Amino acid sequence: MSVIANNAAVKNAQAFEPLIVAFCCNWCSYAGADLAGTSRLNYPANIKIIRVPCSCRVNANFVLRAFQRGADGVIIAGCHPGDCHYMTGNYYTRRRFSLLKNLLAYVGIEEARFKVDWISASEGNKFADVMNGVLEKVHKLGPNRKLRDSRWRR
Amino acid sequence: MQRVGVFICWCGTNISSTVNIDEVVAAVKNMPGVVYSKDYQYMCSEVGQNLVKDAIKEHNLTRVVVAACSPRMHESTFRKAAKAAGLNPYLLEIANIREHCSWVHKDKKAATQKAISLTKAAVAKAILNQPLIPGEVGVEQRALVIGGGIAGIQTALDIADAGYEVDLVEKTPSIGGKMAQLDKTFPTLDCSACILTPKMVDASMHDKINIYSYSEVEEVNGFVGNFEVVIKQKARSIDMEKCTGCGICLAKCPAKTALSEFEEGLSKRAAIYTPFPQAVPNVPVIDRETCTKFRTGKCGVCAKVCPTGAIDYEQKDERLNQKYGAIIVTTGYDLINLDSFGEYQYADHPDVITGLEFERLVNAAGPTAGKLVRPSDKKKPKKVVFIQCVGSRDKSERGKSYCSKICCMYTAKHAMLLRDKYPDCEAYVFYIDVRTAGKGFEEFQRRAVENYGVNYIKGMVGKIFPTGDKLKVNGVDALSGEVLEIDADMVVLASATQAKPGASDVGRMLSISTDRDNFFTEAHPKLRPVETHCAGIYLAGACQGPKDIPETVAQASAAAAKAIGILSKSKLVNNPCVSQVDESVCSGCLACTKMCPYEAITEKMVEQKVHGKIRRRRVAEVNAALCQGCGGCTVTCRPGAIDLKGFSNKQILAEVDAICQ
Repeated sequence: MSVIANNAAVKNAQAFEPLIVAFCCNWCSYAGADLAGTSRLNYPANIKIIRVPCSCRVNANFVLRAFQRGADGVIIAGCHPGDCHYMTGNYYTRRRFSLLKNLLAYVGIEEARFKVDWISASEGNKFADVMNGVLEKVHKLGPNRKLRDSRWRR
Repeated sequence: MQRVGVFICWCGTNISSTVNIDEVVAAVKNMPGVVYSKDYQYMCSEVGQNLVKDAIKEHNLTRVVVAACSPRMHESTFRKAAKAAGLNPYLLEIANIREHCSWVHKDKKAATQKAISLTKAAVAKAILNQPLIPGEVGVEQRALVIGGGIAGIQTALDIADAGYEVDLVEKTPSIGGKMAQLDKTFPTLDCSACILTPKMVDASMHDKINIYSYSEVEEVNGFVGNFEVVIKQKARSIDMEKCTGCGICLAKCPAKTALSEFEEGLSKRAAIYTPFPQAVPNVPVIDRETCTKFRTGKCGVCAKVCPTGAIDYEQKDERLNQKYGAIIVTTGYDLINLDSFGEYQYADHPDVITGLEFERLVNAAGPTAGKLVRPSDKKKPKKVVFIQCVGSRDKSERGKSYCSKICCMYTAKHAMLLRDKYPDCEAYVFYIDVRTAGKGFEEFQRRAVENYGVNYIKGMVGKIFPTGDKLKVNGVDALSGEVLEIDADMVVLASATQAKPGASDVGRMLSISTDRDNFFTEAHPKLRPVETHCAGIYLAGACQGPKDIPETVAQASAAAAKAIGILSKSKLVNNPCVSQVDESVCSGCLACTKMCPYEAITEKMVEQKVHGKIRRRRVAEVNAALCQGCGGCTVTCRPGAIDLKGFSNKQILAEVDAICQ
């Protein structure tokens, strides 16, 4: 590959501003995101958070819709196993989305674009780390083309 | 078409320094449905709230979006404002542009774009909001206190004095807890029993307090205002109605082989026993593992000598179902196991004891009747070494990383008591730091050094070598660098405190969380120190973290005040964001009933007209009083008949779409 082409690729990668949708449960991860804020931690503005009461409220449809509408990555964050505010909700999340992960792999969406993680209300640091980690990987992968609805303009 | 009003807060410079407010206001104007927008420095102030109220009335707003700090902060504030202006409070949405935007981003352009995007999502959701009316549930005006130590006793007394029934459940045969075992209390040196036992009697005599001693909480269901609890009363083998507490059985019992738990194993007790003479209730318990009658079937001395015929060998565990409005957890603490601290010889040498054992040895009601002697040969000690921080502030596997908080003070107290009893006996204290934060604490510790001549040595003990009848203590004075060797007669270890071994099980049963050291976590470390994340469940005492008696009592009263706040209401408002079933879509598979952790979904038969014929059909039904609104069932539902009010599928999809624009 020529140097010029390589430079162009770098430029493209810089111009690419990924969009990541994060579903956060109200009791742990949303509070963890608040803590990241009050601790003035830094993560890129490409991550946008949607509040849900529990991670088990997240329907696989929501994830697919986000990819359809042009999201480059989706994160679901809930309480640590055993700490769910609703006792068992995050266990359902874990099962449901390990299935969805297989489906996403089957339709050709790279594994790194979708992540389910457990972030407690006291883990502001972890929140920022997880967000930065996913963003970094998505940045390398480039824009998501699979599943995208061509009629939708971002 | 909805008329949406958007209010953008500067939060002083907290938001406005990274988000260009003017740009947001301009962008908001073009969003579908928005008819009014306004920005202000402090939207949560009275002036700001009035802006919202006035705009709702003037512009006939049907939906309101406030772009400000986290909804966890001020959602309720703005909902109240909306309600005051005649709008259903659930028609208001918050866009979090402070914690999730201005505080975490530095690039002004990106932060502004994100603030616009988040506001757009909130507008999209708000348009689909439906007015919600919270239901009401009755409150069972009765409190449950789990744990009968000083924290539990104080909480129970405070709630009962306010006029509510309290059930106090204690695992051991008597209430009193760790405080009953103590000799004197710092920093006043008043006798622990003299200040505790009157409170124990008050609790037992109070007509609003029921003590369930030798009992455990087995199951907790329900929610704030309506907890359903199963209490297991373990078989005491004594009829509590008949027993007068005369104590003849204790004296006559031939099986005096068990180690007394109350005396920290320093003396023996009979198989039928009360933990200590001032026990409340003063009714003995038969320890079935030690009792000859239960082991071999022969004996029955206690039944023969009992003047009232109270002994009942056939007694069985009983289970009691009770409803409560509030629960206070006061399960206390334990000392760590010292088996892994081999260098101190605790397990191998009887003259190496813990602080709690020292309390029993100097106590007038203790195993030596208050004569402080070596456990091995019953001789008076000449030199005693106290070692602080045994397991506390120790990041290794065997220790605890936190400070146990009480040891500096009780070690100073022990050394003082020792020098007071035997002025010719030398006292040495090895310490890392002396921590005396508390009213009168510093003065107390200085008194030990200055008036009582206790030798404080900064440094740790490396190893203890038992040589002859002495304990050779090898340590280092960290200030002079000198290696010390002290021929001690006795060593007292200030062992670390820890959460009760069963704390995580209790936590799971109550669905309250524990931290990494298994102490229960409070809802907010500063502003909600006695509440838990589970509404209606409160914490007091050392189960929440190491604590001394004054702090424990203060926290107990605080928890009681919080519980009274619930009990004094005749009705509580429900969370209206609960699931609802669309019966016309429901297929009656009832998958949701199996998923629901609160058993809030049940089956119901409905009659439906199909092709002119009336057919009976099974559908699911949500009990709004039980549903906590997690929304798990909405995903389980195959036909998509269940939706969650306030977080409906349409609303969340609208947010996704808005964010992805």
